[in-house]
Amino acid sequence: MSRAEQAASARSVRAGWWLSAPALLLLTFAAVGPLLIVLIYSFLTPGKYGNVEWVFSWAGWVSVLFERDVFDDTLRLADANLTIFFRSVKLSFITTVLTFLVGFPTAWFIATRPPKSRAGWLFLITIPFWTNLLIRTFAINQIIRNEGVLNTILLNLGVIGAPIQLTYTDTALLVGMVYVYLPLMVLPLFATIDRFDMRLLEAGYDLYASRWRVLWRIILPITRPGIIAGSILVFVPCLGAYVTPRILGGGKNMMIGNFIELQFGQGRNWPLGSALSMALLVIVTFALLAYVRTIGGDRRNG
Amino acid sequence: MAKRSFAVNDLPGFATIAIIVFLALYAPMAVLVVFSFNAGESPAQWAGFSLKWYQLALQNDQVQAAAITSLKIAFAAALLSTALATMAALGTTRRKNFKGQTFIYAMINQPLMVPEIVTAVALLLVTAAIKKATGYTGLGYLILAHAAFCIPFAYLPIRARLEGMDLALETAAADLYAGPWQCFRRVTLPLLMPGIFAGAMLAFVTSLDDVVITEFIKSPGQDTLPTYMLGQLRRSMKPDVNAISTGILALTLILLTAFYLATRTRKQPGA
Repeated sequence: MSRAEQAASARSVRAGWWLSAPALLLLTFAAVGPLLIVLIYSFLTPGKYGNVEWVFSWAGWVSVLFERDVFDDTLRLADANLTIFFRSVKLSFITTVLTFLVGFPTAWFIATRPPKSRAGWLFLITIPFWTNLLIRTFAINQIIRNEGVLNTILLNLGVIGAPIQLTYTDTALLVGMVYVYLPLMVLPLFATIDRFDMRLLEAGYDLYASRWRVLWRIILPITRPGIIAGSILVFVPCLGAYVTPRILGGGKNMMIGNFIELQFGQGRNWPLGSALSMALLVIVTFALLAYVRTIGGDRRNG
Repeated sequence: MAKRSFAVNDLPGFATIAIIVFLALYAPMAVLVVFSFNAGESPAQWAGFSLKWYQLALQNDQVQAAAITSLKIAFAAALLSTALATMAALGTTRRKNFKGQTFIYAMINQPLMVPEIVTAVALLLVTAAIKKATGYTGLGYLILAHAAFCIPFAYLPIRARLEGMDLALETAAADLYAGPWQCFRRVTLPLLMPGIFAGAMLAFVTSLDDVVITEFIKSPGQDTLPTYMLGQLRRSMKPDVNAISTGILALTLILLTAFYLATRTRKQPGA
């Protein structure tokens, strides 16, 4: 490289940084930086009326896992907190599996449409993706709640004698979360299936593979990156879900998101809320790292 | 070879599941829209057509205020995030890969990786501290916060557009003695416009959708439409919420169609 070229390339890099700088600045102050503050707050003492006092304390982190006995001041595992964490992970996992089970056929269907109508079908998935999550939760809630459409129809048909109680149950929450997060599964799946070489299927069938075998041995392994991407895209927001569990789960069936909010509201324990947020972030980061590693591995292997 | 009686890419049951999925996705929204025109109060019994819930919502001062707040924030945040995202996209595409580029990508996409509730908590702590220190409680916090999480959504279509653009036109302009600024203003920017427009649409919709972050950092009296509706839900669910929802749905649909039209005309060399 000549000196002039080197100088030009250095100039280009500098320009790249300068042009990105304003966005980076805003993101530092309004997205990344505040996360550090959360970390700091998780080591402080709760203030009497919310907020914090600037006194170092492990209490926030300790109470993520343990609670202090009122009588003898010993620590024991905080069942309530652990239950909420466990519930959230469990519900998020089931939601991910369910969205995959219905999302894969949907993505496959869209990707195998003739090119002309494909864009239209894809747009039909994109609309719910961009539609307000709160509104979509309302919409599903109107269907499944006690005096909702589903119960009214079933009652009028005489299928059931009394309304089925769905609202404020885990089932309602699962139905709602699958409904709300499904587009996040379908879109990345579509992107991978769209690139899938359909001649491979022909090859499979020519070699007398059954359809089941073709699905299991050819389609699923090749579309794995999309499956993983979709699963992450569903799992992560599920785990931090706040709106959907608040509306469909009610007060009893909390998820981590609602439990965190509680600490900043009635709970008045900002350090515990901060520690819980950090714990959630750690779980999510592990999920993302696992994703990056599997995808990286896939690229290496071909 | 025996002739196959089925299409190779046809998997049994998949089409049926897909159709059911589409119906299940749209039926609840359709019910919501239909019952926003219901004369009665029940969410399941049709009592005739009426616009009274729309009238009720439009006459409600709180709804009006929330709508104005929502639009103000969304306009400002879309404008700011699109401007920043355009600059960042110009900075990170069409030049040789440089050290730190991955870092810039990671920063830009950060709002997509972190659960919204965590960002909301983080912003709550920061804004609470700043509010206490400065006494300023205006819309600035919400606008900046929204602009930050809208950046990745504005960035993606702009970057896609830039990557699909032909460098030859700019080279030609430079050969004809256009200065760098002139070249940008007269060649790059007009070509980039559909991408910028698409990015702005997505940023606007993203800002309009937000509930959690707004709920955490708003000052009293700064309800947006979504936080207002969430608050209403604590009491009872009245059909005027359906009317507001239908209004937002309509706005979203218009913006998405605009986005679709802006990206459709895009030439896609190799993409």
